[in-house]
Amino acid sequence: MPPLTARRLAASLALLSALLALGVGVCASIGSSGYTVFDLARPAGGTPDGSRPSGTEPDLASVMILRVRLPRVLMAVLAGAALGAAGAVFQGVLRNPLADPYVLGISGGAALGFIAASAAGLHALLPFLPVRQAAAFAGAAATVAFIFLLSRVHGRIASYPMLLIGVVLNTLYLAIILLIQTVVGASRLHGVMLWMVGNVPVEGYPLIGILAIVLVLGIAAVALLGRDLNLLAAGEDAARSLGVVVERTRVVALVLASLVTAAVVSVTGLIGFVGLIVPHAARLLFGPDHRLLIPASALAGALFLLVADTAARTVLAPTEIPVGVLTALCGGPFFIWLYRSQRGAAYSD
Amino acid sequence: MERPIPTDAAGGCPAILAARSVSFRHPGAAFSLFQDLSLRIAGGESVGILGPNGSGKTTLVRLLGGILAPDAGEVIFDGRPVRSFRARERARDIAIVPQESRLLFNFSLLEVVLMGRAPHLGPWGLERPEDFAAARAALREMDLAGCEERGLQALSSGERQRALIARALAQEPRVMMLDEPTAFLDLKHRLQIHEILRRLNGERSLTVIAVSHDLNMAARYASRLIVLHHGRVAADGSPQEVLTPDLIREVYETEAAVERDPATGAPFVIPRTPLDRRSPSGYRAGGRF
Repeated sequence: MPPLTARRLAASLALLSALLALGVGVCASIGSSGYTVFDLARPAGGTPDGSRPSGTEPDLASVMILRVRLPRVLMAVLAGAALGAAGAVFQGVLRNPLADPYVLGISGGAALGFIAASAAGLHALLPFLPVRQAAAFAGAAATVAFIFLLSRVHGRIASYPMLLIGVVLNTLYLAIILLIQTVVGASRLHGVMLWMVGNVPVEGYPLIGILAIVLVLGIAAVALLGRDLNLLAAGEDAARSLGVVVERTRVVALVLASLVTAAVVSVTGLIGFVGLIVPHAARLLFGPDHRLLIPASALAGALFLLVADTAARTVLAPTEIPVGVLTALCGGPFFIWLYRSQRGAAYSD
Repeated sequence: MERPIPTDAAGGCPAILAARSVSFRHPGAAFSLFQDLSLRIAGGESVGILGPNGSGKTTLVRLLGGILAPDAGEVIFDGRPVRSFRARERARDIAIVPQESRLLFNFSLLEVVLMGRAPHLGPWGLERPEDFAAARAALREMDLAGCEERGLQALSSGERQRALIARALAQEPRVMMLDEPTAFLDLKHRLQIHEILRRLNGERSLTVIAVSHDLNMAARYASRLIVLHHGRVAADGSPQEVLTPDLIREVYETEAAVERDPATGAPFVIPRTPLDRRSPSGYRAGGRF
């Protein structure tokens, strides 16, 4: 892989952006109603096969595409971008190719918050507020704080203890979730199961807009830490001797990546494997330089989740497969193949 | 701006690096590693740091290099506390070649050496043509030209070690500290690296501070040896002054003969037997000479 130049950076990101734009168009055109994005250009009201003349019916094409499919497509794009970029950051900061928001318990913290709020019936008390989503966000944020506090040894935060604490917290959360499920009973936890395996909901544009602003800013900020993350891959002392303030970089990068993750997970639930496999695949294609890897992982993650979610809603239509199930079904074998292939050697000690 | 330049007590040479009453204890350790340690290193010196395992050689390098803060006292670089420099600013002047050469992810050789340019760039910039030129020059210097795009993982341990030195060269520092730079190298590359360091030391008056377990290489290539033992400087001076059978017995607990290399005139240590303090004679059976 040649070293990163402005040209290679721009060309790679332009290619991925073009693919993503194409993906959005195609995926917004796939669905059981048969409308495609081209129907938006026709006079209002016509059906795809021309059986009904234009102008006689409410504009079904625009309702179907702009109100139903596009919000979902955009949500998949945002969620995939955030999970992909966050995964690249976690792996770089924790100096561990297996790190991702799930392994670290950040998603688990979100799940616990969501389920605790559901079990307490908060969403029924305050039906007009996204209380469960807020609780999920709080759970994820609290987990990041726990990890920092608990892995501090002699005023320093090393990467291995963070990973260890994260794994332990994750297991602890799972136990508490199972306990809540046992005690509370199924009726109260309606809809929780779907959230646990991850799904891309159809949300209104205001929420999508807010999420987009938060995520784009978060991903951009964390991508600016790319070179420091490169130096961190060379070792902590090496990074220090090359001018990186290691602790500060680590805290800023992890907090940003965790908040981005929490924002997504609180809406979509636990969509696994995107944060793990997308950065690995991006690294194979674009090399390990984080200045390219982080934005490339964001775009590739967006594309991956977009395709996965479109498959999830169409493959067994009208039955919908939870997208988290699909990403895990694709991601698990892919990761094992990746590791077993000769590139796996690149990650061993 | 004029800076007060501290001068070396002995020779009057301006000190580029000085430890002033430095104390340091590893977090959680029962005893201090260094207590009130002072030393000065003049610009353009070539210093070998010796001492047995656990004597604090690596820690001293980290303290002098400003990547570790002492508990008390301070390290002065170029007239200022080294910890008062911004990290990137410090990294333009002081390069550290660490012991570990484990690198996460498969960065290519050129990418690794380009990392040495980071302190010279803005916080977010990409490398400029002159950075590529500096990195390629460093690769040539270390006899690594031609495998720029190979992954660091695919290189031999000797090549990896040379890559790390090339990265430090690309930093274009005034002081280069190396933590056992030739530990994994064969004879040829061991000599080659020491010759390169000597040349840089001579031509560019690069200050070289190298930790070593190889007494003979250190004696041959360093103009000054500092021996650490029990948290203090056990000996400090020219190789001839420092490397004596008495010192080696005291510090390394080993009986040794010290000869003179007829070609270079450097002292040459021939270790004989380790001291065994448990045996009544003080030495292992048959080990006395």
